[in-house]
Amino acid sequence: MNQAISISNLVKTYANGTEALKGIDLQVEAGDFFALLGANGAGKTTIIGILTGLVNKTGGQASVFGHDIDHEHNAAKRMIGVVPQEMNFNQFEKVEDIVLTEAGYFGIPRAEAASECEQLLKRLELWEKKSQPSRNLSGGMKRRLMIARALITRPRLLILDEPTAGVDVELRYSMWDYLRDLNRNGLTVLLTTHYLEEVEQMCRNAAMIKDGKIITNDSVRNLVGILEKETYVVHVDRVTDIGPLADINAQRVDDNTFTMELSKGTDIAALLNKVSQSTGMSIRDFRPQGNRMEKLFLELLK
Amino acid sequence: MTRSTHQQNMVAMYTLFRKEVVRFLRIWPQTLFPPIITQSLYFLIFGKFIGSQISDINGVSYMAFIVPGLVMMSVINNSYVNVAGSFFSSKFQRSVEELLVSPAPNWVIVGGYAFSGALRGILCGLLVFAVSVFFTRPVIHHFGYIMVFIVLTAVVFALGGLINGILAKKFDDISIVPTFILTPLTYLGGVFYSISLLPGVWRTISRVNPILYMINGFRYGFYGFSDVNILLSFLILILFAAIFTAVIFYFLGKGTGLRS
Ligand SMILES: Nc1ncnc2c1ncn2[C@@H]1O[C@H](COP(=O)(O)OP(=O)(O)OP(=O)(O)O)[C@@H](O)[C@H]1O
Ligand SMILES: [Mg+2]
Repeated sequence: MNQAISISNLVKTYANGTEALKGIDLQVEAGDFFALLGANGAGKTTIIGILTGLVNKTGGQASVFGHDIDHEHNAAKRMIGVVPQEMNFNQFEKVEDIVLTEAGYFGIPRAEAASECEQLLKRLELWEKKSQPSRNLSGGMKRRLMIARALITRPRLLILDEPTAGVDVELRYSMWDYLRDLNRNGLTVLLTTHYLEEVEQMCRNAAMIKDGKIITNDSVRNLVGILEKETYVVHVDRVTDIGPLADINAQRVDDNTFTMELSKGTDIAALLNKVSQSTGMSIRDFRPQGNRMEKLFLELLK
Repeated sequence: MTRSTHQQNMVAMYTLFRKEVVRFLRIWPQTLFPPIITQSLYFLIFGKFIGSQISDINGVSYMAFIVPGLVMMSVINNSYVNVAGSFFSSKFQRSVEELLVSPAPNWVIVGGYAFSGALRGILCGLLVFAVSVFFTRPVIHHFGYIMVFIVLTAVVFALGGLINGILAKKFDDISIVPTFILTPLTYLGGVFYSISLLPGVWRTISRVNPILYMINGFRYGFYGFSDVNILLSFLILILFAAIFTAVIFYFLGKGTGLRS
């Protein structure tokens, strides 16, 4: 079976009437590193919940490595290690026990899981904390604990629901490295994130969902290609005639601000020089405009 | 090493069982100790102070008569409360998701909770019995009956506690049944008296109380007499175990209180 995840026409309406999923079709190939994107409330966590047995679906089909969740949900769940969006371990249980207990629930006896647990906790820099109750961990450590807990079950598919939310920059990079490594060794990874950089750094394919529907499903290369041009906001002493800047699509915002669009790889220093020479404006400050993920989102909705 | 699915499920059940047992052993001052105190007070006040004024029942001293009922009382209460409390708090902290995302089938969940809860109940019962030895000399008519009734009762109430834990939405919901149902039914279930001493109408009413059958079955193991038919007692326990198990499988299958 070369489909890690196969979802067709998946529908979820919560008891309060919220239509979280309105017919999702999604395929993730074995070995892929796949991003599920979408604004808050789009339905990402709901999809993950259905696959992992935390949410009852209303309609449609889903299978994991060929195991249909209607008929063989336990076999499907055996394939999945999940890192949830919200903390969900016992606050009083020790770090090591949390990991070993999950191994046990997946049928791996404590003694057998112990050495793998040690490796994982060391790799995720939690080994010194192994005997601490989990509530003593920092937010970033809690996330890493949930990664260790997911990996101890020897999954073929790792699902991470916003794994790097609240994780500092340094740690985020080391987490990316780790996940890339795991993927290289054959683990299929599905993650949700609100950071486009994360997607560019790790993922091969991505789907974007909006209001419970998939609006794009493409390779990351193609998706990011949509963002060939980036918009910059430029503050100047006073906006004068921006006519000469038509080639960079300059748009006046107010008396002191205009925006411009630059292609990737533009020599910005030279460009700024040219701007001040051709218009006489003196540039005080400039920055990229807003969140690139939002921009991508807006582009896709066009 | 590769294991069959069945072996993996057994590992999962043992993991859950172990985790639950470690939990109640770690907090033993809250889980094992209280019944020793309360039941000792019953032995002292009812058995010794008041009991000395009461004549023997079927040739057994009043003190000795109340021992099985008081043991059973702590078995019932502790089995129930253990599972209801532990399951609800794992729902509350969401750590129940660790179990729900695992491939463990529902019977693993039921077995893990039922056996660990029953073990707590039985341990409490044993401790109370050990204390009773300071007040009266134990007599054992039929050890087999004692074992069958204590184990079955503990399992039935652990299952009951699981139903309660599944349905509970807030902490108050796990004390309602013990306070308003289990305690009154236990007191009225012949812990302190033989229903043959009651006036006719009360005797009839008492006979609809299932706990009467459990206590009498258990007491039969010690002294060889009972207010009710022992086979009936046994069948009632089996019936409750079957009904509770079916109800739990129904709820777990639907995801009641667990899956949105
Ligand atoms: N248990 C629930 N009961 C009712 N509605 C729910 C429940 N869980 C989620 N929803 C609703 O379903 C929709 C999708 O939610 P979901 O959590 O799947 O979004 P998401 O894409 O994961 O968002 P985020 O990026 O904020 O995590 C939202 O409108 C949300 O309010
Ligand atoms: Mg979410």
